[in-house]
Amino acid sequence: MTRQLPGLLEGLDLIRQDFPILERTMEDGYPLVYLDSANTSQKPQVVIDTMVDHLERHNANVARAVHQLGAESSEAFEEGRTKVAAFIGAPEREEVVFTKNASEALNLVANTLAWKGPLQVGPGDEVLITEMEHHSNIVPWQLLTERTGATLKWFGLTDDGRLDLSNIDELINERTKVVSLTWVSNMLGTINPVQEIAAKAHAVGAVVVVDASQAVPQMPVDVVASGADFLAFTGHKVVGPTGIGVLWGRRDMLEQLPPFLGGGEMIRTVTMEKSTYADIPSRFEAGTPPIVEAVGLGAAVEYLGHVGMENIRAHEEAITRYMLDGLKNVGGVKVLGPADAGDRGGAVSFELDQVHPHDVAQLLDSRGIAVRAGHHCCKPAHKRFGVQASARASSYLYTTPEEIDAFIEGLEYTKKYFRVD
Amino acid sequence: MSANLDAMYQEIILDHYKHPHNAGLREPFEAEVHHVNPTCGDEVTLRVHLDGSGPDATIADVSYDALGCSISQASVSVLTDLLIGKPVKDAMSVHEEFQSLMQGRGKIEPDEDVLEDGIAFAGVAKFPARVKCALLGWMAWKDATSQVVGAGNAAAEEKA
Repeated sequence: MTRQLPGLLEGLDLIRQDFPILERTMEDGYPLVYLDSANTSQKPQVVIDTMVDHLERHNANVARAVHQLGAESSEAFEEGRTKVAAFIGAPEREEVVFTKNASEALNLVANTLAWKGPLQVGPGDEVLITEMEHHSNIVPWQLLTERTGATLKWFGLTDDGRLDLSNIDELINERTKVVSLTWVSNMLGTINPVQEIAAKAHAVGAVVVVDASQAVPQMPVDVVASGADFLAFTGHKVVGPTGIGVLWGRRDMLEQLPPFLGGGEMIRTVTMEKSTYADIPSRFEAGTPPIVEAVGLGAAVEYLGHVGMENIRAHEEAITRYMLDGLKNVGGVKVLGPADAGDRGGAVSFELDQVHPHDVAQLLDSRGIAVRAGHHCCKPAHKRFGVQASARASSYLYTTPEEIDAFIEGLEYTKKYFRVD
Repeated sequence: MSANLDAMYQEIILDHYKHPHNAGLREPFEAEVHHVNPTCGDEVTLRVHLDGSGPDATIADVSYDALGCSISQASVSVLTDLLIGKPVKDAMSVHEEFQSLMQGRGKIEPDEDVLEDGIAFAGVAKFPARVKCALLGWMAWKDATSQVVGAGNAAAEEKA
């Protein structure tokens, strides 16, 4: 029986039964304690079954075949799009573009903004990001600014791991063409005020891109209310499969972007001299798309919708608060990012004095506890805090207080093993 | 697992981690390299000083500044103990021996006569994710040494 904490999901034991992997026993008989959900989430049976059923009974390529299977497959694929659109509050289902992952979604925008078109970025323009971005929301903008002669700028961070907005009116100015930022930091956990920043960006006519890879899994997301023009996330962090990501864009914005990858399905007509292009979203979906992945993603967001994103947010906050409290009692632990669970998502990065994060992760793994160690694709943010690497424990809707207890005990064991005084 | 864990974190490794040998960057040196493990961010800056030139040169000093986990730190510390004072060609064969031990997936029996404290890393080879940690300093040393030897060869060819 699970210990009760205010905010914990009702029927948590039942929810855990939806995730078959949570039954696994690891080496030496330890039950799996999976605290790496910010890296990738585990999958409920319904997602697995839906994908298997599609492959067993409905598999065919989409949008090309006149046969029955082709029609079934196309319908299932497009239903995935409809479910995703509903889940994020997209006004139109055509505004949902399927990509390979969130990185490709961000690259799609950053690449096409370099090319000729109404939104083209050029010399003298500025692209504004933040110091807490995942590498996938830094490197594409470095490439864009290098290719176009534009200038890359960024918000710095405060000591408690928030965006330093003190110079926002200087950073967002008439030269700013793009503002791209993460909604929830994968390293610091910080929830950023995207609406407020989007409003400032729109006031100077800039395009707003939001990396919602950690936000969409964690909390209710309404793309329109967020103020974003483009918003990216990935399937595998929302209990869906790998191999599929989502770029949502406002119709009028997507329509202003030139095509990204060329190929089948993204065209209207092709001659040897020239092609014309399909409408959105096909225009950005060259080649055979991730079909069974879209079907699985549809089932995944539907599952999360049934549990309720408000409830999941409350659960994450309760578990994160419990984890932060537990970490306070482990001597030598330093948590990176905001101290209050109300201001952060479910990823908690920390250092343990005298033990390198790899060794922390290895020792925890020997007790069946999975955490991540390294720079979490956030080297600049680590550098900002004078940290080379950190360990990160991240929870999700299936995480129990008992698992956090096991994690905290694991840290004490780690200290003893490494003879930390 | 805990048996495996103890096999990886041998006393020797923990000792080298807590009290690294030959640490710090020193003069003189002929080559300095900076190697990074991109997956985890472990870093080492390593300098090599050779005495003499060509195949008969000996390793006069290996100095380093390293950031990283116990395995990567202890491994570079053991390296300096093993290689300083050895002729380059002997050191290269020790390197080869260590590398094949690490890449042997835990199935290779280490030769203590060649690897000395280095045999403590045999247990690491069972953890694929940690092999790169153990090899970071060794790859940096090989790179730096090859640069010096290569430069020497080029200079010799020019003279000839």
